[in-house]
Amino acid sequence: MALTERDDVISLAGGLPDTSTFPPDSYASLMRTVAANSCARALQYAPTEGMARLKHCIVDVMRAEGMDADPDEILVTTGGQQVIDLLCKTLIDPGDVIVAEAPTYPGAVPTFCAYQADVVQVTMDRDGMRVDELEATLDELERTGRRPKFIYTVPNFHNPAGVTLSLERRRELVRIAQERELLVLEDNPYGLLRYEGDPLPTLLTLDGGNFVVYASTFSKILSPGVRLGWTVAPRPVLEKMNIGKQSSDLCSSSLSQYFVAAYFEAGPWHEYVRSLIEIYRRRRDVMLDALAEHYPREAEWTHPEGGLFIWATLPDYIDTTDLLARVLEQRVAFVPGRAAYVDGRGGSAMRLNFSGVGENDIREGIRRIGEVVREQVALYGTLTGVTPAPAVRAGEAAAESAGPEPRVPEPDSELAKILRLPATRKRAG
Amino acid sequence: MSRVAVLKGGRSLERQVSLKSGARVEEALARLGHDVVSIDVGADLVERLLAEAPAAAFIALHGRDGEDGTVQELLEVMGIPYTGSGVSACIRAADKVLAKHAMRDRGIPTPDFYAFNETAFRELGAAAALPAIEERLRFPIVVKPACQGSALGIKFAATPADVPTALVAAFSYDRKVLLERHVAGRDLAVSILDGDGSARALPIVEAVPHDEDFYDFEARYVIGRTTFVCPAELPDQIAERAASLAVDVYELIGCSGFARVDIMLEAETNELYVLELNSIPGLTETSLLPQAADAAGIGFDELVKQILERAADV
Repeated sequence: MALTERDDVISLAGGLPDTSTFPPDSYASLMRTVAANSCARALQYAPTEGMARLKHCIVDVMRAEGMDADPDEILVTTGGQQVIDLLCKTLIDPGDVIVAEAPTYPGAVPTFCAYQADVVQVTMDRDGMRVDELEATLDELERTGRRPKFIYTVPNFHNPAGVTLSLERRRELVRIAQERELLVLEDNPYGLLRYEGDPLPTLLTLDGGNFVVYASTFSKILSPGVRLGWTVAPRPVLEKMNIGKQSSDLCSSSLSQYFVAAYFEAGPWHEYVRSLIEIYRRRRDVMLDALAEHYPREAEWTHPEGGLFIWATLPDYIDTTDLLARVLEQRVAFVPGRAAYVDGRGGSAMRLNFSGVGENDIREGIRRIGEVVREQVALYGTLTGVTPAPAVRAGEAAAESAGPEPRVPEPDSELAKILRLPATRKRAG
Repeated sequence: MSRVAVLKGGRSLERQVSLKSGARVEEALARLGHDVVSIDVGADLVERLLAEAPAAAFIALHGRDGEDGTVQELLEVMGIPYTGSGVSACIRAADKVLAKHAMRDRGIPTPDFYAFNETAFRELGAAAALPAIEERLRFPIVVKPACQGSALGIKFAATPADVPTALVAAFSYDRKVLLERHVAGRDLAVSILDGDGSARALPIVEAVPHDEDFYDFEARYVIGRTTFVCPAELPDQIAERAASLAVDVYELIGCSGFARVDIMLEAETNELYVLELNSIPGLTETSLLPQAADAAGIGFDELVKQILERAADV
């Protein structure tokens, strides 16, 4: 067990949904149904591509996000993570290029590295991946005779950045993929967990399934413990991924597939997702309020419209990997930003999860991190002769500050483009 | 056969390494015929020790609590014999500043350094002294937390502008940091074993990192990131001098059982400088002390046996 997962640590590090919200009675009743109706089959192997019953449930879930999927084009996987792995297994030879966002999903980094991909990261702003930079990157790669095997993106409530790809950029991204005949891996684990704003069409919808490999999961809308996800992909790719899956694990858990099918067929899954949305929206708001109260004004963070994560950026003289050591002493954990990059960037950023712990723990965890960060800002001020700013939000009291303005060093040129959002975006509602 | 508690894990930042060391020690103890009790050190440590009543404790902890005398003090109170150094030696070794002062006072070469508490900067204006320190130590300067192992929090400052950032990082790990002259050269580890009560140096291990400017935390524990050469290819005279220095430091600190002394061989001058002593060095697959013991013909089980025998007659 890692230090960040010890019981006495408030962990804002994981990407954990709150499974304590699932009623134990429902779990018991569903398992009884599986035992009564499908005991032998649930204990048996399943088809590699997944059970037909489960695929119908997946079609329903995708319909809730405006997609019209054909069950024959679905491959059931062992979590959404396996889709990333299988696509790499299918397409990546050592040295092949994958284009990903900067920052990117920290869990994808070891997968890409394991296949020895050359990951090129394209920066993001509040509207998600900068497609102008993407085009420039693709042009640059083309000039050196290289062509990415795929573009990896998390368009909704990005992990870790918390931002959402705008509609205009979705259209642009799909146009680029179609014009250049490039595959896009659209990773959408959180799409149904929207707390404000209107849903946007998925890349799969906009593209019609020609160049988009779609990945999603039951982990965030039901349970990561069932380890079930899925992909919808162009047929030649899907067939190769199916072969890859056979060699990886033959099939995903039959028991889980029966359980999940029984759950969705029982009906009120939308209600459970709605209850999660209410809980997580409150937790997000608590975290945003706590950040505003406890983080120094030199810090910035994103305002996610959904999902599980907030991405906070500190002054670049604070290295969050080192900061974590001191924060762990206060029994709080987060994910240092460097985990979301392949090139050492992200050193002053952190990913904060708000779904996995209760509101009091979020408040307390952010208070403790904020205290340590403010100490470090003050220490840096002492070391450089610069008076630190008071711990109030920019724009609220800056004009009243009698002391000199803090010297916030120029961030890395690349980092500067990312997610340094104006203060008006920081508050909830 | 006797009951031996293996203390591992804990809340130190070196927890993962300790879990690996501990697991390996447990396997060895089981092979040696002991009744092994595995304890992941936490709030119930004393309770567990009282319940299990082991004949001895094998401390496979690294870093805070395990290597700084805290757990040793508890074991003293409980009357349980334990492996490795006693309380006072652990305290002296865990604090690099204390250890370096002791070495300097004894005339043992250690890189020049200055050490400060955070309060010196916060309340006494120590920042104003930085230019003088920088001038004396010359760049690059190594900035280290006083009490942290495994290279965690160690930063290189190449210019004056790097120093504040390096200090902020180092202060993340400890309230006291040292600024130390950088010794460019070869990274040597001399392991000491005193199974029979007289300290002897094992063959020297040289750590040669791959494609890295600095031998960092990860490189120490990931196979393939560093090449270890044992025995290090050194002129006899230098190898003997390094071994002798390591034994001197071991005795100066007052260690017992085993330890590892990290030494730099400066490329420019061929001089040796002692960086620090680790009172509970790693015992993982890639750790240096087991490699050194192996080179001396002492297999891992035998090593564990000797360390345990020194703790108590069990």
